[in-house]
Amino acid sequence: MLEQIEGSQAVAKAVTLCRPEVIAAYPISPQTHIVESLSDRVRTGELAGCEYMMVESEFGAMSACIGASAAGARTYTATSSQGLLFMAEALFNASGLGLPIVMTVANRAIGAPINIWNDHSDSMAMRDSGWIQLFAESNQEAVDLHIQAYRLAEALSVPVMVCMDGFVLTHAFERVDLPEQAQVDAFLPGFVPQQALDPDDPVTIGAMVGPEAFAEVKYLMHAKQMSALDEIPVIARDFAETFGRDSGGLVRPYRTDDAETIVVSLGSVLGTIEDVVDKMRDEGRTVGVLGIGCFRPWPLDEVRAALAGARRVVVVEKAFAVGAGGIVGQNVRDALRGLPVEVYDVVAGLGGRPITRASLRQVFDQVLAGEVDPRRMHFLDLDVDLVQRELERSRRGGRPGPHAENMLRDIGTVASGAYE
Amino acid sequence: MAHQEIKLYQTGTFVAGNRLLDPEQRSVQARMGRSNSLTSGHRACQGCGEALGARYVLDAAMRATDGKMVAVNSTGCLEVFSTPYPESSWQLPWLHSLFGNGPAVAAGVAAALKAKGRDDIRVVGQAGDGGTVDIGFGTLSGMFERNDDVLFVCYDNEGYMNTGVQRSGATPPAARTANTKPVGDEPGNVFGQGKFVPAIAMAHEIPYVATATVAELRDLEYKVEKAMTFRGARYIHVFVPCPLGWGAASSDTIRLSRLAKETGVFPVFEAEHGEVTEVSTIRRRVPVEEYLTLQKRYAHLFGPAGRPDIVARLQATADRNIARYGLLAPDEEPAGPGVAQDVAGEGAV
Ligand SMILES: Cc1ncc(C[n+]2csc(CCOP(=O)(O)OP(=O)(O)O)c2C)c(N)n1
Ligand code: SF4
Ligand SMILES: [Mg+2]
Repeated sequence: MLEQIEGSQAVAKAVTLCRPEVIAAYPISPQTHIVESLSDRVRTGELAGCEYMMVESEFGAMSACIGASAAGARTYTATSSQGLLFMAEALFNASGLGLPIVMTVANRAIGAPINIWNDHSDSMAMRDSGWIQLFAESNQEAVDLHIQAYRLAEALSVPVMVCMDGFVLTHAFERVDLPEQAQVDAFLPGFVPQQALDPDDPVTIGAMVGPEAFAEVKYLMHAKQMSALDEIPVIARDFAETFGRDSGGLVRPYRTDDAETIVVSLGSVLGTIEDVVDKMRDEGRTVGVLGIGCFRPWPLDEVRAALAGARRVVVVEKAFAVGAGGIVGQNVRDALRGLPVEVYDVVAGLGGRPITRASLRQVFDQVLAGEVDPRRMHFLDLDVDLVQRELERSRRGGRPGPHAENMLRDIGTVASGAYE
Repeated sequence: MAHQEIKLYQTGTFVAGNRLLDPEQRSVQARMGRSNSLTSGHRACQGCGEALGARYVLDAAMRATDGKMVAVNSTGCLEVFSTPYPESSWQLPWLHSLFGNGPAVAAGVAAALKAKGRDDIRVVGQAGDGGTVDIGFGTLSGMFERNDDVLFVCYDNEGYMNTGVQRSGATPPAARTANTKPVGDEPGNVFGQGKFVPAIAMAHEIPYVATATVAELRDLEYKVEKAMTFRGARYIHVFVPCPLGWGAASSDTIRLSRLAKETGVFPVFEAEHGEVTEVSTIRRRVPVEEYLTLQKRYAHLFGPAGRPDIVARLQATADRNIARYGLLAPDEEPAGPGVAQDVAGEGAV
């Protein structure tokens, strides 16, 4: 049913349709509207047979999900940013134990400096936690991915993170086609756990494993994730058959045929990039876009196949590895190993900075004109002068004080006025 | 603290002779049908109080729940010595996740069982003192506050034994550990403010809180069985000597447990909804020296270069427990070993 609805409400509705039995969550912006809505739905009985746990922290939330999932219940949680990091230890534990928990990450920057706005630093920091990571481009896709995530998680017994841009998606009102309960029930069978705490069949879960078998247990984790690369397209196809629309999948090429330049990105910014590319196509530039729907496991073959014909690839991503470079960029380079394709890392939208069509167009033009060094990370719309002034203050010695506060004062955001 | 209307036959010490009892009156441990939840073959040190405590607790809980039970374990000696891959000593469904999340994991299991309409299956969480009073404290307090249907048991051996005997928030003052060596002016662990989690559990006003030692099997079994008659959050704090970490003889585990109680070092009581309901009184009061001198972790307090002043402070702490919890039977001499008055002002802070 088509509805004009806030992203968070739509996701809460989708999760409700998946009939989770235990939800444990701790509030953090911009995830709050999702879990508030789920709490309402459990209280009113719309989501029946579900225990909603008001835990004391995100660490407690993920830990409760671990216990609930090991006891054979379909479980759900959601978080963002600092909350995801607060779960870190339990994330690795959930994946190590092979528990099919589904979690929404309403993507948000990580402090310091503390910042509630959108980027992908949180999910990217946890990219190697053993969770499958799916990125939603729109609220419609966010809804659809949750339903697919449960199918995937339970088929493979691995946890799945559905990543959606905080505020940009979670707080946006859009037209969303919300599935019917009967459709979801047909697509998503009841949870049959691959392991469960059962007094009639007692098992030990979470035993200590030494060097004699640790690598093998880890290998199996990897093998299972890799098998998701086969499973995800099948589930997406099934989904299209049941619900009548395309959603999910590993990668999504847009006008990449004959494209000499392909922009790679993920999440909600893809729409903006496609607009820019359309314009450039109109002007006769052979440009295309490759959206990454699944970042973990990394669809290396699909990315390679999609980009192999290009001369240059521009990766636009909302996070970076401090002291190293682009994260998605590194993975793209890995996929293109041995091919004569130049990869450019563009970091954009950090801490909620708007990614405008004009800025994207400018950097694409610069790349095409050979003005961007592919061996260096490029920060979109970086206020170079501001950085220079702060560096200058630091060079003067003494005690220049905290950078963040200095820079805010410099640009006049802090009431006390300009620095110096 | 008589809980069963039976006569106990004393043999020399305070041990009750089970063989003289009617089979129905025997302890869970003495029954043929005990579940042996933590079965033999594990790798605990000889005389490990924690291994003993866990078996007592889980067997009693298994009996109380007719075997319908799940155990959740935090990281620590108990988890490590019981599950070296691919062997497991656990004869019940058992889950280990992390060091600091046992209470939350157990609460999650309980929530799942409730959602599935299987709350006939009960949940016991267990951890060492580190996993309970330090790193797991936030999740424990959350579990208490929500009144989740979990019995959480702390096996208190007063230190991080699994990582090589470092101090925890439950390590007593003056005790030597790997990172509180007897060097400097205040040898051993410092005299902090203490962190007696049974009292903190009571402050949550949860249905049931109890302390116990491995010396008194029947008392411990009784408390576990009683805890299982309640729904909601319950907490039992069991005093479990660690021969390796304390520098004590393996054969002294029970003796040390008994002395901890008889000196007043460890108060044994029960509480319901935040109020103390029963106290195990001291049968034969003894000075703390009798307890301390059996353990090398206190060796620096004795001998020619000893620290009688510190021993006196420890005695004062024990005396304070005795006064606070009313640990003396009405007919017992109130004066005790006679150091309380001298140092109370200092030791009681
Ligand atoms: C997050 C984390 N920090 C530290 C450790 C290392 N560690 C494992 S067990 C343990 C101490 C356990 O102490 P306690 O809970 O008292 O149990 P015991 O071994 O004494 O029975 C420590 C520090 C860990 N496993 N995880
Ligand atoms: S170190 Fe202590 S707690 Fe650990 S197994 Fe040995 S005796 Fe038990
Ligand atoms: Mg300990």
